[in-house]
Amino acid sequence: MIEIKNLTKDYGKVKAIEDVSFTVEKGEIVGFLGPNGAGKSTTMNIITGFISSTSGTVRVAGHDILENPVEVKKHIGYLPEQPPLYQDMTVSEFLDFCASLKKVAPREWKSQKKDIMELVKVTHVSHRLIKNLSKGYKQRVGLAQALVGSPEVLILDEPTVGLDPKQIIEIRRLIKALGKNHTIILSTHILPEVSAICDRVIIINKGRIVAIDTPENLSRKLSDFSRFTITVAGPQKKVREILQGVEGVKDVEVSSTFNEDEASYIVEADKDIDVRKPIFNKLAAAGYPILELRSMNLSLEEVFLQLTTTEAKEVV
Amino acid sequence: MLAIIKRDFRSYFNSPIAYVLIGLFICIMSLFFVDSLNAGIASFTTNFISSMSYLLLFIVPILTMRSFAEDKKSGTEVLLMTSPVRVYQVVLGKYLAATAVFLVMAVVSLVFPLVLLIYGKPDGATLFSSYLGFVLLGMVFISVGIFASSLTENQIVAAIISFVSLFALTSISFIGNYVGGFVGKVLDQLSFIERYYEFYYGIIDITSIIFMLSFAAVFVFLTVRILERKRWSQG
Repeated sequence: MIEIKNLTKDYGKVKAIEDVSFTVEKGEIVGFLGPNGAGKSTTMNIITGFISSTSGTVRVAGHDILENPVEVKKHIGYLPEQPPLYQDMTVSEFLDFCASLKKVAPREWKSQKKDIMELVKVTHVSHRLIKNLSKGYKQRVGLAQALVGSPEVLILDEPTVGLDPKQIIEIRRLIKALGKNHTIILSTHILPEVSAICDRVIIINKGRIVAIDTPENLSRKLSDFSRFTITVAGPQKKVREILQGVEGVKDVEVSSTFNEDEASYIVEADKDIDVRKPIFNKLAAAGYPILELRSMNLSLEEVFLQLTTTEAKEVV
Repeated sequence: MLAIIKRDFRSYFNSPIAYVLIGLFICIMSLFFVDSLNAGIASFTTNFISSMSYLLLFIVPILTMRSFAEDKKSGTEVLLMTSPVRVYQVVLGKYLAATAVFLVMAVVSLVFPLVLLIYGKPDGATLFSSYLGFVLLGMVFISVGIFASSLTENQIVAAIISFVSLFALTSISFIGNYVGGFVGKVLDQLSFIERYYEFYYGIIDITSIIFMLSFAAVFVFLTVRILERKRWSQG
């Protein structure tokens, strides 16, 4: 659906993005994740044809953005970071304007408008001026604008920024629902958002893609250590000693103590050595039963911190 | 394109700007009207219409200042530029919307000649050609104003740029006379104000009409280039 190859954008000597390539399949929800200034908005502005790249190609639904911009734009609904709203119009007037701008057939538009307004829940404010709406409603009208003409591709730049928690949950649910019929790229610097809605994550930092994968795979791949929580019945000091004695274990920490003879530990071990069996054997030999043993993958949050603080070359 | 014309035109009338401008225009013109009547009916059109066009120098920058500047500031430029329309359609839409507001103003100002027609016998032909010239001049001015508006996101800056450029453009023939020689001749040929004078002496010259329309077209084209250049910019 969307093919991006070797996209680079220079601003003078500064490279806003460099050699960005990825593809998005039909029906996918892809999260674009990166800190502020990573190049998320730049990439999105290029895909939608608002600015052009210095080099590289963008193809949407088989059309090249430079050769056939109008055709590409027909397939895209775009919600930029700042929702593009005419403050002096009512919601209803504004959506009508967008529809005629996007050349939606008037007969089709009547029922579509009703559907869109119900979907983003702005029906009851449709006759109010946009400038009098709250931030949350403005964001919804911005989303409605992107949906006009039911484009196959939706590009949403930080769709939940500046909303209150309840609205964030609503918008996320809405995006997830839209994902059934649309291909969606959304950018965010909020991690839980990605794991909540996206099928795949593209992590971008300083204009370069650092990782593309599913949220689950990313956290698995990235852990340099395998980590376990283990709950053992037995005196803490002795259990620690035994655990630390196992080959491959790097670190043992007590995470919670239930009572004198029962505690949970976090064990960090080498990725390449399976330490679970020796741990079991040694503890069993010492007569301290394991009550629980659970592997802990890194949360995406930690993945992100790792990705953006270290050069994670092996990852890609 | 029609959508943009309609939206922009309505936006002029949704805000006080169109009313204030038209009101101001009519108000000041009525002062000139009385003054021109005192000067006698013979030189009426010349006096009156020429003062009308000087007033345009102030009116048009205020009319066009928000055209693109406001879109840039409020972020709606993104909406226009990422919609399946071509850049020239956006520019032309905005240009025609401002021209439509100007035409409304011109129609309202017909009240003055109307008074003349009722109470006197002005030369109808001169009156007609003067008005034609006035409308063409307005269209030229608006193209410059739109161009200025596309250069900045600050409306005040846009208004000042267009006022200064319009002032410079209307002074070309004075400068031409002053410099003299070949340069003077070139400047004289470029001056649309010289062409415009012909209209209110009652001369309708097809080359002048084409000249003025091309002048407007050049600035509309330049505006398209400015907006496209921004897409390509490296800085």
